[in-house]
Amino acid sequence: MTLTADDVNKIAYLARLGIDAQDTESYARDLSGMLELVAQMSTIDTDNVAPMAHPLDQAQRLRPDQVTETCQREVFQAIAPQVEAGLFLVPKVIE
Amino acid sequence: MYTKTIAQLAKGLQAGEYSSLELTQSYLARIKQHHSLNSFITVTEDLAIASAKQADAMLATGNVPLLTGVPIAHKDIFCTQGIKTSCGSKMLDNFIAPYNATVVEKFNAAGAVTLGKLNMDEFAMGSSNETSFYGNVQNPWAANTVPGGSSGGSAAAVAARLIPGATGTDTGGSIRQPAALCGITGLKATYGRVSRYGMIAYASSLDQGGPMTQTAEDAALMLQAMAGFDPKDSTSVDCEVPDYSTGLNNSLVGLKIGLPKEFFDAALNSDMAASIEAAVNEYKKMGAEIIEVSMPNLKLAIPAYYVIAPAECSANLSRMDGVRFGHRCANPANLNDLYIRSRGEGFGAEVKRRILVGTYALSEGYYDAYYIKAQKIRRLISDDFKQALEQVDVIMGPVSPTPAFGIGEKTSDPIEMYLADIYTIAINMAGLPAMSIPAGFIDNKPVGLQIIGNYFAEAKLLNVAHQYQQITDWHQQTPTSFE
Amino acid sequence: MQWETVIGLEIHAQLATKSKIFSGASTAYGAEPNTQACAVDLGLPGVLPVLNQQVLRMAVKFGLAIDAEIAAYSVFARKNYFYPDLPKGYQISQMDDPIVGIGHMDIEVNGETRRVGVTRAHLEEDAGKSLHEDFHGLTGIDLNRAGTPLLEIVSEPDMRSAKEAVAYMRKIHELVQYLDICDGNMQEGSFRCDANVSVRPVVQEEYGTRTELKNINSFKFVEKAINIEVERQIDIIEAGGRIVQETRLYDADKNETRSMRSKEEANDYRYFPDPDLLPVYISDELRSEVKAELPELPQLKRARFIADYKLDAETAGILSSSKELANYFESLVKESACDAKICSNWVTGDLIAALNRQGLQIDQSPVSYQRLARLLQRIADNTISGKIAKQVFEAMWSSEDSADSIIEAQGLKQITDSGAIEALIDQIIADNPGQVEQYLSGKDKVFGFFVGQTMKASQGKANPGEVNKVLKSKLKR
Repeated sequence: MTLTADDVNKIAYLARLGIDAQDTESYARDLSGMLELVAQMSTIDTDNVAPMAHPLDQAQRLRPDQVTETCQREVFQAIAPQVEAGLFLVPKVIE
Repeated sequence: MYTKTIAQLAKGLQAGEYSSLELTQSYLARIKQHHSLNSFITVTEDLAIASAKQADAMLATGNVPLLTGVPIAHKDIFCTQGIKTSCGSKMLDNFIAPYNATVVEKFNAAGAVTLGKLNMDEFAMGSSNETSFYGNVQNPWAANTVPGGSSGGSAAAVAARLIPGATGTDTGGSIRQPAALCGITGLKATYGRVSRYGMIAYASSLDQGGPMTQTAEDAALMLQAMAGFDPKDSTSVDCEVPDYSTGLNNSLVGLKIGLPKEFFDAALNSDMAASIEAAVNEYKKMGAEIIEVSMPNLKLAIPAYYVIAPAECSANLSRMDGVRFGHRCANPANLNDLYIRSRGEGFGAEVKRRILVGTYALSEGYYDAYYIKAQKIRRLISDDFKQALEQVDVIMGPVSPTPAFGIGEKTSDPIEMYLADIYTIAINMAGLPAMSIPAGFIDNKPVGLQIIGNYFAEAKLLNVAHQYQQITDWHQQTPTSFE
Repeated sequence: MQWETVIGLEIHAQLATKSKIFSGASTAYGAEPNTQACAVDLGLPGVLPVLNQQVLRMAVKFGLAIDAEIAAYSVFARKNYFYPDLPKGYQISQMDDPIVGIGHMDIEVNGETRRVGVTRAHLEEDAGKSLHEDFHGLTGIDLNRAGTPLLEIVSEPDMRSAKEAVAYMRKIHELVQYLDICDGNMQEGSFRCDANVSVRPVVQEEYGTRTELKNINSFKFVEKAINIEVERQIDIIEAGGRIVQETRLYDADKNETRSMRSKEEANDYRYFPDPDLLPVYISDELRSEVKAELPELPQLKRARFIADYKLDAETAGILSSSKELANYFESLVKESACDAKICSNWVTGDLIAALNRQGLQIDQSPVSYQRLARLLQRIADNTISGKIAKQVFEAMWSSEDSADSIIEAQGLKQITDSGAIEALIDQIIADNPGQVEQYLSGKDKVFGFFVGQTMKASQGKANPGEVNKVLKSKLKR
């Protein structure tokens, strides 16, 4: 699988990841190399194998429905880039 | 004093041979003196002195937790309340964590004194510590070589005796490989043994923490503090934590050691092969039995890893968006500009490569061919290990195909760097515990022996490692410039 | 051309838990911005989700109530997209293995029962809110709602009119409240819906291109939004155009739908199993435990009301529309030992009217079923007439007094003493010779005049039966 600079730009947009225009080609090359490595997976037949998402065969644990958290807005917003009136601010959202 | 192990220091502190304050100040002085190693991102001098004083007060009362007054440092991937937690990235250069990771809480409860935060590959993505926003770390054994990664700062600091022990994390070899390259002892616990809460996620189904120390005995002490069930981590396992120190001296007579033939193929450097064989011979002398095992799917571990880990990281790192914390670009023109530039500026090239590959692998039309396929291969690899571990007690092999390589040597070709993780990655896929222990030198560069055990068999690994360290002194060697 | 409308609904019901789906933060509505958003809800680095057990039980409860398959094995997945009200850059939702599988809901439209298929219902976390008041041209983000548990209930495209869609939505609304899993408050957004709408010529088998109408928060708007969208689609097709598959927003002020381009840009959600959460296994024990907790469902309750209390279908429907109302009615019947028909008349009539006037729910009624029962007993034992009872009821509504003390204090007891009534009637007959003559000459209608006069003279307290009897005997032709 070879990716073009155009493919890289599309994926980068999906990931909202800024990439300098002059680097696009080298990302395309590196990513193509990675996909070539990954393509080795197709050398083996896995038709009857169940996918494995977790290393341990365990069930999700459940938490009792209790309120355990208290307000820490000041602490959390002290590290935020831009806040006002308790809100996180972002450039205008258009719907 | 700086060559002493945690076990020795804890004893000395409790016997009143020296105070925690003295210890702390002496290590802080060494950290300052060897600043150019670049193993620390943040040194928390004032906090360390304050908690050393507290530890001394506690020591005076007697009957204190095991690690009281012992200095340690954390990989900068563990959130530390009120202290910068950068994860080696510009993205989090301004991130002062508002809470402690469970691991950090546990070390605090055990009385350890934290001296600071250790350098690492950006978001734990790398095998040489060269992707850190804070610059590469030198290998104490040869300043022009890499310490390995991603826990490169942890490994270098322990090897240079700037700190007696450190925490690390391992997603594809990030504890074991730097431990091997720096000549120290490193243990990656069974997935679910050490809480991941507050440990900034790279690949959630592979990440696992563990100790990095001079000796296996110390690793047992640190793991004792780190391990245990955490209700805040759904993947944490609720099973009893054994005493990791009591079995260290068990005899290895009759121990069955598996050697996967795939570990010793042509790709392995011949000097490395010889070192591993020599180490295995020592075990034979101790009465162990050697059995050849096979891991037919091992070669697919790296391809599958480079789907699973990037896929998980592509989502894990989406929260770094410049809205609630972390780097925000100047004067965003609109919402997308805010995202694209904040993330574009905040992440380095290796992180971007992995986010892009992960995004691609999960995107419409490719999911089955990449992600599902990789998960199927993960099961095959895991089954290989399960079968082997039915025949043997532990599996041994190399950690890395070569000793430490030169700084800059592999940065131009990311793929070449990835391939060097062939012996470590598969273990994360299976979720098994594994260690790296010092097992010799090649051209004055340390070599690591890998010991892999069954699920939750950390005590067995530590026993096997400790016995080797009773008859060898590789782990006691200190790099000349740090003597 | 004859057009047929095809509608499928995706209903989001906020589950009425105390804490969030994956964190211990409160879900209470209306708090100051970001005061109920903890580190997990904010998606800060390193934090992890742990599933709320109540959320799981509620989903299972819903599934059992719609006769659906409950998954033995269920998985949470990450749905990836960037939006400022979505802190982690992904929403934890479900894709391949939802908790609730195929089920159904019966609706009644124009006296006919129709079955609407439910494709699935899955759990997910709600997003925060964007506040568009002007912060120097910026948008403010409140993440209090982020992480609130949602049950997304997806229907089959089985509805053929806006009316059917509303009927289905009402049924689900009624059910989730019956089950105590959602407060159903639409103003606060606890119950909202997206509608997938398409049209096709009646003769055509395959579906037309659909549009998705987002976030409609009232029954009235669902009907209006669908109707206006259907009109728009038909107009476009009839003018030779084509429908574009897209997300549209209903603007209630302008009564129109408009395209939401911002939601269209990136629709590759890259779902994959969330590695921070393990698979959920739903045991037979849990299923039967929850089953045992299921209340009598509206459909069955309604049938029972018709059978046991001999109510008509409409009255039974009203009384079973909420669990609280049904309980009030049944308690009233039991407590008063009065005829169920009379009880139902009072509940669906005077009581509901009084509640509606003040915008109260049944459980906020100032007149409890016990107090109302006393009143009905006084009608039954002829202490007061039905008409006087209404007067007493009004007095009870605005005071704490019992029916008896009001009747006593206001002297409202019926006059049943036939001697007293005879005296009144003799006087009226004497005072109205003209009307007596008219009646005796065959004008039956005049009889009513005498009844009216007698009641007036008794200030409404004369027993109407007794009045009739005495009048009949006195005015014998």
